Amino acid sequence: MSVETFYEVMRRQGISRRSFLKFCSLTAASLGLSPTMAPKIAHAMETKPRTPVIWLHGLECTCCSESFIRSAHPLAKDVVLSMLSLDYDDTLMAAAGHQAEAIIEQVKTKYKGNYILAVEGNPPLNEDGMFCIHGGRPFVEVLKETAADAKAIISWGSCASWGCVQAAKPNPTRATPVHKVITDKPIIKVPGCPPIAEVMTAVVTYMLTFDRIPELDRQGRPKMFYGQRIHDKCYRRPHFDAGQFVEEWDDEAARKGFCLYKMGCKGPTTYNACSTVRWNGGVSFPIQSGHGCIGCSEDGFWDKGGFYDRVTDIKEFGVESNADRVGGTVAGIAGAAVAAHAAVSALNKARNDKNDQNKGDK
Amino acid sequence: MSVKSQDDESAITAAGNTVYVYEAPVRIWHWLNALSIVVMAVTGYLIASPLPSVAGEASDNFLMGYIRFAHFAAGYVFAIGMLLRLYWAFVGNHHARQLFMLPVTDKNWWAGLVQEMRWYLFIEKYPKKYVGHNPLGHLFMFFAITLGGTFMIATGFALYGEGAQEGHWSHTLFTGWLIPLFGQSQDVHTWHHMVAWGIVLFMILHIYTAIREDILSRQTMISAMISGQRTFRE
Ligand code: HEM
Ligand code: SF4
Repeated sequence: MSVETFYEVMRRQGISRRSFLKFCSLTAASLGLSPTMAPKIAHAMETKPRTPVIWLHGLECTCCSESFIRSAHPLAKDVVLSMLSLDYDDTLMAAAGHQAEAIIEQVKTKYKGNYILAVEGNPPLNEDGMFCIHGGRPFVEVLKETAADAKAIISWGSCASWGCVQAAKPNPTRATPVHKVITDKPIIKVPGCPPIAEVMTAVVTYMLTFDRIPELDRQGRPKMFYGQRIHDKCYRRPHFDAGQFVEEWDDEAARKGFCLYKMGCKGPTTYNACSTVRWNGGVSFPIQSGHGCIGCSEDGFWDKGGFYDRVTDIKEFGVESNADRVGGTVAGIAGAAVAAHAAVSALNKARNDKNDQNKGDK
Repeated sequence: MSVKSQDDESAITAAGNTVYVYEAPVRIWHWLNALSIVVMAVTGYLIASPLPSVAGEASDNFLMGYIRFAHFAAGYVFAIGMLLRLYWAFVGNHHARQLFMLPVTDKNWWAGLVQEMRWYLFIEKYPKKYVGHNPLGHLFMFFAITLGGTFMIATGFALYGEGAQEGHWSHTLFTGWLIPLFGQSQDVHTWHHMVAWGIVLFMILHIYTAIREDILSRQTMISAMISGQRTFRE
């Protein structure tokens, strides 16, 4: 059997040529490419052999899959999904049991060094990985085996990228992000809890059509979606710059849609595309719904103090406190110490001066 | 290392003697620093805990914008000042180099440090004379200004580069590697904030000790940073 092209797969899935071309333009747009790239994408998809994708699930909640299948542009979703489900995704595919596991083996041998491994969730390493079992074996083993012959790995969501809540202190299962287990493959992190559907489909499409990984930042995230903070493109930013803040959840400022900075919004420290791409087909995103960003696409967001504090608690000092309380206390103590020291110094000087005088010293 | 040992200097520290210690660039730098640090401490605090909301249209107001602008402008002054000061350490007199290194291999320095601590604990009756910084002051200045200041410049411009975005020099020089080093942006904010308090603490002690030494020690302090001349007395 010769290897099918993407186009052939899509036609077999009942997608018309017209829809196919629409999809190509849409993809070019969502990747921020110029319209002249659309025919190139079409050409690539018509001629390139399809790259298979294996989608593994580790310790996770499946919110990445849930997000993915709700991609706003049904076309993009259908296309990408049909390309994916043909191979392996234990949540979405029809096959089960040994039949399903056999697919991994097939893909591994037939497309050695040529398939993409998408990982949702992460491997827990404690107790030899027994906290997450995949087909009767620790997930970490399956992950390592499947990664061995992959061309590249996509780390879906904050679990695969950073560890997420299952890695929160004290991390009893030692849930570990993918890049700390697989160190010899290119890894594309697509963090978020979950990541935005359109971001996910765009990343997959980019990799499948251009046969290379998108440009990544130092932490391995695609620059096109993680190059800016929520705060840089937030529509409430004018209120931030003006100095207009929500102070209470039910105050007038909240009704007026002022900036949520004082309510602990993590937009200023969070890299993601929510304020531009938004969610559910561009309907809204957390800040638009009146709640601050919780920073779900950032490393360790679950262990960084309250979601509703601007100056967050730090636990480095044994007690839960924040920079202002620690600093203010230390400065206060220093001030009191200085006053006391000054008083003693003055007394001392008075006494010394008197002694010196008595002695008739110089 | 060219901080002279005390023996060499005993001749010039006789009562009534005056020595030119702080050259003009050092003095100007000192007072510019004082100003910029006060501005940064106040505006930095207001960045983390903003003032109550202003009334009116967002487009008519720019309070937070001005506060942040003042912080960043003072940040530039502080950073450029630090670079020029470093340059002066090479071309200025030997006192200009003192701030940038601790003579940890010098036994005299350690003895001086202990002696100075005893002076602050009221055990020593008389302080020693120093043409440059006394060892205790030197230690604090080195940690607060040389190291602390550098830390604030690095983390400050790393945060600045986040807003300025890729392509800006601050992003290339600091943001790119510093944010991942700390974990994420929020950690850099927290550390920038903690060390800011450290510098405030230094300011409290620095101002107190400068005034105290001016009155109690055997040498001038405050006027020395104004005229550059240090006068010794008995
Ligand atoms: C002694 C020097 C400095 C002090 C005391 C100081 C103080 C502060 C404080 C307390 C904050 C709030 C931190 C938080 O988010 O909780 C802050 C934020 C910040 N500082 Fe500084 N800072 C200093 C130097 C600098 C320098 C040299 C720069 C470089 C331009 C800088 C740039 C920034 C930036 C960009 C922010 C974040 C502003 C924002 O999130 O809107 N700082 N600073
Ligand atoms: S709501 Fe959050 S992201 Fe938006 S401007 Fe305010 S602080 Fe920034």
